[in-house]
Amino acid sequence: MTLDKIIVIVGGFLGIIFTYWFFLMKKDKGVEVSDHVNVIIDGGYSPEVISVPQGKTTIINFIRKDPTSCLDEVVISDFKIRKYLPLNQKVSVEIKPDNTGEYIYSCGMNMYHGKIIVK
Amino acid sequence: MQQTKETFSIKGMHCASCVGILERSLKKIPGVESATINLATTKATVVYDPQRVNDNHLASAVANVGYEAMINEGIKSEEEQKKAKEKELMDLGNKVAISLFLGGLILWGSFPGLMNTAPMILQNPWFQLLLATPVQLWVGLIFYRATIPALKHRTANMDTLVALGTTVAYTYSVFVTIFPKVVEKIGIAAVPYFDVGTIIIGLILLGRYFETRAKQRTSEAIKKLINLQAKTARVLRNGKEIDIPIEQVIIGNVIRVRPGEKIPVDGIVVDGESSIDESMITGESIPVDKSVNDIVIGATINKTGMFIFKATKVGNETMLAQIIKLVEEAQGSKAPIQRMADLVSSYFVPIVIMLAIVTFVLWYVLGPTPSLLHALLNTIAVLIIACPCAMGLATPTAIIVGTGKGAEHGILIKDAESLEIAHKINAIVFDKTGTLTNGKPEVTDIISINGDSENELIEYAASLENGSEHSLAESIVLEAEKRKIELANVSKFKAIAGHGVEGVVNEKRVVLGNRKLMDREGIDTHNFRERIEKLESGGKTVMILSLEGKFAGLIAVADTVKESAREAINILNGMGIETIMITGDNARTAHAIAEKTGMTRVLAEVLPEDKEREVKKLQAEGKRVAMVGDGINDSPALAAADVGIAMGTGTDVAIEAADITLMNKDLKSVAMAIKLSKSTMRTIKLNLFWAFGYNIILIPIAMGALYPFFHLLLNPIFASVAMAVSSVSVVSNSLLLKGSKLN
Repeated sequence: MTLDKIIVIVGGFLGIIFTYWFFLMKKDKGVEVSDHVNVIIDGGYSPEVISVPQGKTTIINFIRKDPTSCLDEVVISDFKIRKYLPLNQKVSVEIKPDNTGEYIYSCGMNMYHGKIIVK
Repeated sequence: MQQTKETFSIKGMHCASCVGILERSLKKIPGVESATINLATTKATVVYDPQRVNDNHLASAVANVGYEAMINEGIKSEEEQKKAKEKELMDLGNKVAISLFLGGLILWGSFPGLMNTAPMILQNPWFQLLLATPVQLWVGLIFYRATIPALKHRTANMDTLVALGTTVAYTYSVFVTIFPKVVEKIGIAAVPYFDVGTIIIGLILLGRYFETRAKQRTSEAIKKLINLQAKTARVLRNGKEIDIPIEQVIIGNVIRVRPGEKIPVDGIVVDGESSIDESMITGESIPVDKSVNDIVIGATINKTGMFIFKATKVGNETMLAQIIKLVEEAQGSKAPIQRMADLVSSYFVPIVIMLAIVTFVLWYVLGPTPSLLHALLNTIAVLIIACPCAMGLATPTAIIVGTGKGAEHGILIKDAESLEIAHKINAIVFDKTGTLTNGKPEVTDIISINGDSENELIEYAASLENGSEHSLAESIVLEAEKRKIELANVSKFKAIAGHGVEGVVNEKRVVLGNRKLMDREGIDTHNFRERIEKLESGGKTVMILSLEGKFAGLIAVADTVKESAREAINILNGMGIETIMITGDNARTAHAIAEKTGMTRVLAEVLPEDKEREVKKLQAEGKRVAMVGDGINDSPALAAADVGIAMGTGTDVAIEAADITLMNKDLKSVAMAIKLSKSTMRTIKLNLFWAFGYNIILIPIAMGALYPFFHLLLNPIFASVAMAVSSVSVVSNSLLLKGSKLN
């Protein structure tokens, strides 16, 4: 086997490990929210993970800055919310979680994800 | 002090000075705590004491200084959203045209067999670079702008795959153009692949363009509902009729509606009568006659007469607004069947990237010469062909179309889960009164035993039942009214659930109820059993009256079975669904009605509180049970059933308790709801099968799985065609649901 092929095999192997680590082993950092939070949408959700109190109304303002059509809707299915997000406009949704737990929110095609942790 | 915060738009604002004027005017209202005007959004936010301030005060304070308050705007400006979407779509369309035009020129100049016909300049790699660069770096910016921030979040999506794939093709082509000798040295012909990147970008965006258009059509039903709302109302003020915007209508306004006009808000008729087309809300095509004290629903159309009504619900409180909210919520919910797709799509893109790396390594190490070129092209094909969007769109698009179609037929579905469960239903329990029957029983027979006159018997019975809300009671009171009998006072009244009532009328102890009650009272009805049974066999409910502990007479009451019952039950039976009637009536009456309607099973003599237990018993038999009731008296049974269906009430209580609310009283709607669930689920399953099958089959082909057997490889351009078609076909399949027949 020639040197270039060995390099490609090793490089490929490292590439797969890196891909796995980079995308699938990231840790969520949460932001504590008391009554409202602005979530900026630009290639994903910032902040991605928000902690909200149980039994209280929290307003989440989504502001989409990303023109990707994938992101033009936000879905928080546990709270039966599906909203169209016009570019650069604030769209507010209200949630009042009755139960603690983790609730996923995503774009309309379920490619981008965020998390609401109810404490 | 309890305070209310209200935000509403203000029309006519144009400068900063307006802000101060409006704020001062609003703050002057006694009870207003604070008023803030935002010039940018032209909205006022007012905090006030609701006991002292109402919408009228706010509206007139704004009007006094020359502006217009859009209180109860309710439904948000659909127009603005539509414009924004149209603009985005137009931009996308332009980019598709530019990239396909430039990509087409490059393809002409570089495709073997075709390039000979192209002008020399198009065959020049440097000219191709000039044409490809704006497509890659300007049109393709969409993909980079999505990829770079996504990578910052350590997430990846379809854009990441396209960006990676096209960047590899573009970078390789640029390298070949600038350093052709270097490439030739390693045994590869110095041919750039600018056509690959540009055509891929053009085709994928073309797919996205069609997909976006199709996606917009999925939510047409809700737009139709929003557009049902009237724009203005003709309010009567000081004897004059004034047309005002719908947003300014407040509770208590008196409104005139002329023939052919749309009723602006919900209310109660105070004068006049008319026939009203409520089909847009209830799905019921026959117009409904309305007169004084009848409720009218906003957005329905007045057909013939002219009438005046008083607004009772406005803004977000109207029936239409509630329906829209319910449909929107259902469309935002997730069906359990989607869980699998959710799980796969969260790992999908990283796995595709890993597979692309594997493809490159395998082709480079094991592939035929030129191995680098094969490795590159197949890697690009893998990145491009993978289509996570189809998986993401498979379920929600079908749910959106399905719930929207339901709403058009007066079938309101609470959430996607209810819609999913409904297709598995194999037993439906119908509450008899008000669901199978019209709920308006009438007295048919009065039989005196001890020589009392019919009127005397009715007087005792009606006096006792006066005030009771039971539909049978109502029929006796109505009979007394018909006979112009004056009712006496009752004392010591007691209702015994599932049995009857007792009390003292004209100083006599009166008991009215079924045989169970008489047995309890120790009253012998034995001699009249045959007569009672004969009445019951005719589907009549027989009530026994006793005066001072003695059997005094029989009053038989019958409720008419709904016209649609027989046909609806036949349809359900034909679908293989067991139809069960539940009623508090005795077995004989119940069976007589069941026979009339074609029911397969009867649960008779069930006390109201036991309906829930009966539903659970059926579930224990292994059945998936739907319960159809009015949603008010049978809420626990509706909640216990796998699917609770509330029928024809349209009240908040019913909508809360039920999984499916039917806005009309036609029993065929029950079968329609089940059919809708079945066809939606069929669409979802087909979509998921297609989305999963597509990726499972085509990704290995793109990796070169067919090469060892047939020497077949997938050109990355064809990969982009497949990818574009894939998500469009899923959305189009969901749109086919619109045409499915429910009748």
